[in-house]
Amino acid sequence: MAKKIDVPFNGTKEQEERLKAALAELKKEHGDKGLMIAALQKAQEIYGYLPEPVQQMIADELGVSLAEVYGVATFYAQFSLYPKGQYKIGVCLGTACYVKGSGDVYKKVCELLKIEGGQCTDDLKFSLDATRCIGCCGLAPVLTVNDDVYGKVTVDEVESILAKYGR
Amino acid sequence: MFRSHILVCGGTGCTSGNSMKVYDALVARIKKEGLENEVHVTKTGCFGLCALGPIMIVYPEGSFYSQVKVEDVDEIIDEHIIKGRIVTRLLYKETVGDDGKIKALNDTAFYKKQKRVALRNCGVINPEKIEEYIAYDGYEALGKVLTEMTPQDVIDEILKSGLRGRGGAGFPTGRKWQFAKNSVGDKKYVCCNADEGDPGAFMDRSILEGDPHSVIEAMAIAAYAIGSDQGYVYIRAEYPIAVQRLSIAIKQAREYGLLGKNIFGSGFNFDLDIRLGAGAFVCGEETALMTSIEGNRGEPRPRPPFPAVKGLFGKPTILNNVETYANVPQIILKGADWFASMGTEKSRGTKVFALGGKIHNTGLVEIPMGTTMREIIYDIGGGCPNGKKFKAAQTGGPSGGCIPAHLIDTPIDYDNLLKIGSMMGSGGLIVMDEDNCMVDIAKFFLEFTVDESCGKCTPCRIGTKRLYEMLCKVTDGTATMEDLDKMEELCYYIKENALCGLGQTAPNPVLSTLHYFRDEYEAHVRDKKCPAGVCKKLLKYHIDAEKCKGCTLCARNCPVGAISGTVKQPHVIDANKCIKCGVCMEKCRFGAVLRG
Repeated sequence: MAKKIDVPFNGTKEQEERLKAALAELKKEHGDKGLMIAALQKAQEIYGYLPEPVQQMIADELGVSLAEVYGVATFYAQFSLYPKGQYKIGVCLGTACYVKGSGDVYKKVCELLKIEGGQCTDDLKFSLDATRCIGCCGLAPVLTVNDDVYGKVTVDEVESILAKYGR
Repeated sequence: MFRSHILVCGGTGCTSGNSMKVYDALVARIKKEGLENEVHVTKTGCFGLCALGPIMIVYPEGSFYSQVKVEDVDEIIDEHIIKGRIVTRLLYKETVGDDGKIKALNDTAFYKKQKRVALRNCGVINPEKIEEYIAYDGYEALGKVLTEMTPQDVIDEILKSGLRGRGGAGFPTGRKWQFAKNSVGDKKYVCCNADEGDPGAFMDRSILEGDPHSVIEAMAIAAYAIGSDQGYVYIRAEYPIAVQRLSIAIKQAREYGLLGKNIFGSGFNFDLDIRLGAGAFVCGEETALMTSIEGNRGEPRPRPPFPAVKGLFGKPTILNNVETYANVPQIILKGADWFASMGTEKSRGTKVFALGGKIHNTGLVEIPMGTTMREIIYDIGGGCPNGKKFKAAQTGGPSGGCIPAHLIDTPIDYDNLLKIGSMMGSGGLIVMDEDNCMVDIAKFFLEFTVDESCGKCTPCRIGTKRLYEMLCKVTDGTATMEDLDKMEELCYYIKENALCGLGQTAPNPVLSTLHYFRDEYEAHVRDKKCPAGVCKKLLKYHIDAEKCKGCTLCARNCPVGAISGTVKQPHVIDANKCIKCGVCMEKCRFGAVLRG
């Protein structure tokens, strides 16, 4: 379970406008049917996560209940109800990476950042997720920090990789 | 006319290794030299040999450069492009013969036994240009279907080819289409499953990245066959490059009138839309996938009614996966007999496998059905690295099983894999060596299914969790022999009672390892030992007093101060303090630290 961090919701008017525009665009492009997942993806792109006020906005815009939005948001791994860190660390625990020792790399990150998977450090700088196979199995084991990909990572390298992002 | 073509792999594997920076550097340098009209640089899809990425090929010589870095670009341009001298140090070793001459790529061990049908255009064309696909017979099959064949002709051809679904269970594609054609409905849908979720399988992504038009064309053919005018591609959001290339391809196909209204002037209408998955393994199951396209929680529902009768939005629907579709245009063009001439009696054609794990040539290979595991692992894959012994191969992901070394000569097809307790799945093939613990692997897959179980049915939601806990007892050394029997019983219970494919196949990794590697389970339970040395709770480190020179290196490196001893005297590990991290063993220069 993700560690609950009490961050007050501080969405801006501008973000709200962007969300409304994005939803209007979706409706125009794909019709009215089955937009919920795409809507949540857009919202997460804009806000970084899906706090209750954002879910409420989507419910209002799509004309469904908040419970339905919450149900979908909690079903899929991509959606987070809590904020993520500035640097999102992912360690691939797909089979190819796992048999090459990514489990130990993952544990090392936990140890260094003192968080577990799905959690975020108190200063909101780093968050960690165990990812599913990202498909570059030739580089196993793989660690990602936002869009940077580190391949053939050893446990000893973890500290220096994190240091690049100011740990 | 270009005098030289440089093909740079733009698949995810090579891109992760910075191949796009290499591409940019090449383009910039060629511009600087004013060679834009002589040398053409192209981004392609995956070449398959991901272990050696980033990869590029320079034609007309056919030089296959591997592990190319941005720093190498200048040398390639200076030497190869300007002076005409091949940069031998960057060549893939296998392509250089004993006489120093370059061999054709298809003569190297990795490619020789392959037969590329679904991957035919990957690494050959630029996936972002529809003209290149058309130049390789693209959309000709669609043209043929719309102008010369009736919908029933199309289905008969697919039936005759013997094509079976490449996504897992291997249901005959033609029969699926026939059911949907026979269903009555005012609206029908054609869907593509690109929610490739098996860890270690990435062929569908590679096809979409390298040859997206083949999937679009095939979906249009399927739509014509069953009488549909709307398709959906359900693709993982984790595949940004594939999503982007598919979007470009759909846009181009619309511009060329190959999607939309009145295609080829035949009166046939068809259009496509992309839906992004949001990370749920269960959405690979057909009914769950459809509920997810509808925008809901991706939970499966009982069948019947089958999707061919009542699928997406309650209408007749067919769902095939990416690789299945990629075969279709070729079957139409070259004929069912050509396709059926490859493979085994009940599994026709070829299959793409993603080779990964403890193997030299990690990557994507396409082989005729019936090729043996030995040929794939040793001839194509190059065997296990570091001289380690091959122990098992895992196919079918979390739904499959482990194939032990003594069955390595089994010809691979759908039925043989089922017979030996595994399954084809989407084609992930993970190789394991003597350092992998089979109980740990079973536990790894169960952890995955526990996490991905949608929770709708009890056998899967609670059963897999209990099974996982039992496996933990084994790896912790607290299980009894009786537990092993209970585990097996629970496995069969889950298989028989779970609602969908995810639950019904979830126990397979446990059952197959229990069957082939029972001795390993028993070693954990009875002797409290992990033969592969993986399960930490069962490990004990000690120092061989005769070999120890008393150099103090281990004691200085031990993170918890568990090692004591004086200089030049044998050291001792305090088992109560030891956290079994293995640093001492790694650091010791005399091989005095033993694990057992």
